[in-house]
Amino acid sequence: MKTILTAAALALPLAGGAMAETLTVYTYDSFVSEWGPGPQIEKKFEAVCDCDLNFVAAGDGAALIGRVKLEGEGTEADIVLGLDSNLIADAAASGLFAPHGAALDGLDVPGGWSDETFLPFDWGYFAFVYDKTRLTDAPSSFDNLLNAPEDVTIVIQDPRSSTPGLGLLLWVKQVYGDEAGEVWAKLAPRIVTVTKGWWEAYSMFLEGEAMMALSYTTSPAYHAIAEEDGTKAAAAFAEGHYMQIEVAGKLAATDSPELADRFMAFMLEEGFQGVIPTTNWMYPAKTPAGGLPEGFDDLVTPAKALIYPADEAKAARDAALAEWLEALSR
Amino acid sequence: MTPFRPAPTVWIAGGGALALALFLTIGAVAVVAAHAETAGGLAAPDWRALRFTALQAFLSALLSIAFAVPVARALARRRFPGRDALARLMGAPFLLPVVVAILGVVAIWGRSGLVSQAMMAMGWERLNVYGLAGVLIAHVFFNMPLAVRLILQGYAEIPSERWRLAAQLGAEGWALWRLLEWPMLRAVLPGAFALIFLICATSFAVALSLGGGPRATTLELAIYQAMSFDFDLGRAALLAALQFGLCLALGLFATGFATRTGFGAGLDGAAERWDGRRPGALAADAALIVAAVLFLGGPLMGALWHGVPGLTEMGGGVWLAAARSVAVALVAAALSVAMAFSLAALIVAAEARFAIAAKGVEALGLMTLALSPFVTGVALFILIAPHASPFRFALGLTALVNAMMALPFALRMLLPALRSAQEDYARLAASLGMGPWARLRLVWLPRLRRPLGFALGLAAALAMGDLGVIALFSTPEAPTLPLYMHGLMSAHRLGAAGGVALLLTLLAFSLFWVFDAWGRRAEA
Repeated sequence: MKTILTAAALALPLAGGAMAETLTVYTYDSFVSEWGPGPQIEKKFEAVCDCDLNFVAAGDGAALIGRVKLEGEGTEADIVLGLDSNLIADAAASGLFAPHGAALDGLDVPGGWSDETFLPFDWGYFAFVYDKTRLTDAPSSFDNLLNAPEDVTIVIQDPRSSTPGLGLLLWVKQVYGDEAGEVWAKLAPRIVTVTKGWWEAYSMFLEGEAMMALSYTTSPAYHAIAEEDGTKAAAAFAEGHYMQIEVAGKLAATDSPELADRFMAFMLEEGFQGVIPTTNWMYPAKTPAGGLPEGFDDLVTPAKALIYPADEAKAARDAALAEWLEALSR
Repeated sequence: MTPFRPAPTVWIAGGGALALALFLTIGAVAVVAAHAETAGGLAAPDWRALRFTALQAFLSALLSIAFAVPVARALARRRFPGRDALARLMGAPFLLPVVVAILGVVAIWGRSGLVSQAMMAMGWERLNVYGLAGVLIAHVFFNMPLAVRLILQGYAEIPSERWRLAAQLGAEGWALWRLLEWPMLRAVLPGAFALIFLICATSFAVALSLGGGPRATTLELAIYQAMSFDFDLGRAALLAALQFGLCLALGLFATGFATRTGFGAGLDGAAERWDGRRPGALAADAALIVAAVLFLGGPLMGALWHGVPGLTEMGGGVWLAAARSVAVALVAAALSVAMAFSLAALIVAAEARFAIAAKGVEALGLMTLALSPFVTGVALFILIAPHASPFRFALGLTALVNAMMALPFALRMLLPALRSAQEDYARLAASLGMGPWARLRLVWLPRLRRPLGFALGLAAALAMGDLGVIALFSTPEAPTLPLYMHGLMSAHRLGAAGGVALLLTLLAFSLFWVFDAWGRRAEA
């Protein structure tokens, strides 16, 4: 069966004349799942590029860069898509990526964007999500949460295995600096548990195990749009909200540099950006002409966007992780 | 001892299986370590992780066994409608996808679970199991049924003649325990304990979620962190080596404890039990069985019920993904059992002459359970990538790694049965001048049908539900069912993901059921 398919795949382009150029994009697995942005984006790009866009799931987080590092110059990848902005310094240090050359004006990323190697494609704010029918008096700041009644419990993710978990770690670190460790110790009694991934924590929250779950400000939009459920909301914190910015980079060793550039440019066009809100449930890096889908309008808009500059993220991360482990292991 | 001279095939097949197992475990660690830029070192948190891993795994295994013995004993001596189905359902908790099982346990034991609600209705505080207690509840829920099945198999292998003789001699209660049940348990329990210890030692998501936080950091989580957070290959390799070391030590310890039953052969009639007919014993057994059903059934129902509404929104790709997973499962099961059979034959053959080496091989056979998909996946990648695109072999590699991870289970089922078959029938077979193939066909396979069925079913079901290495090698066009479920979860489609989880569990369990039923159709 497989050989027949392979033979057919080889024979078809030959029959049609010249073989279409292939662009290989390494990304994380949920991006390319049937329900993620991948399939729609592939269709839309292939309609305009006369090429074969090939998404490959190559791991999450640091493993995604790790894969490219392992492969080195011989990598099949032309583009790596889906790096968290925290990993930019690491990825840049590998020397494997080339400048994107794209114009950076018109990006709608809070705080602006100036990196010349990595290009953002979506972003979001981390937030605690709660159910309005269960929690009427949601905390309006971190300080507020620290002093809230005992039954305002939270469920969070482990920063070592989950992006939101890491986001919260850096969020607390940026708000509280040297006192972050004490803040974690104070938060500890209301942390019901720490899960491996986003899904476990969020499901536990939906089941009523905790009053709030760490997620994104955009999560209520999912409930509103996909489930017509308006009971979920994100608690707006006065100190500001930490951001996640997801970026892509072009590999210097690509054998299709022009096609890769075209994809990087396409990434900020309507065909890509319009797909993001209701598949990745994040804000598009460049708001589509038609605006955001309904349900995104009434989301919490944080007073302040927090994020570590790329070159400070790793040091902050390592220090914050040590404090977190210390405070919660007691 | 026996005049049996093993055929060269035994040495070749067994040696090959052993080499493959070593290659994918120790070999993988070596490959990853060789690729590391810096040599890894272990820090205080790693030793804490090792201590917690060993502690929770030890207690989980101990409790699982402690509860399983009375339940299995009750099930073994009672006949009631639905008993066989119940024994087979014992496989179910083990086959739940991890994330679903966590929610199932939480639905009963969580802060808003059934038990908490009942306690609050009676004016007590709600229950808070997050911590070691939560980890133990979840691990006992998963593994106690497995222990019950292993012990039940031990009961099934006591020849019916022994029970009759015991009844004629008036042996009941303590005497019966001492003469028949304890010797059987001495043979079965060390292996079962080692198996459950290893399963729990490599737990990651369950230990963390129910352990309440980073106090419950296991070695597997530390390996994941090294791979996916720091991409520190040296550290990952070192931690993986530590995990193998722990498992090997435990495997040696357990095989050292195990003894032979020495019940001898019987005529394979169905065992009739004359003991335990007093009302007190009957009531105690009934209470035990009901308690086990409630303990296992509660979270199972909680987990499955969750998925029912999602069944209608699973999406079009689900059936192809399911077909792919079934194919992977069948290949993995066949491979796993073939390897286990070869290894078991090697061990049995070696025992006569090289007893210590045989014990070593037996312990090594357990080690693939401690295989970390991250480390092995990256090792395979490093080896294959220079020559071909590993993505082309995604499904094959998944089947291979899953076969390896199911190998210890299959070995645990097959080895004792093969040993008895060899002890009881080798001389007869030799005196009849049977060659290796005749021996395989006429002696071994018929004697092993029941454990073979169970092992095939378990291996297939385990392979079905594993996310493991496929996440490192997948192309989006060809997801397996667990990967498909993962995609739905990440896209916020919790309902649909629950539906797929239910489908996954049902398929895994059906595979298990079919093979197990085939095995139990054996003329016992």
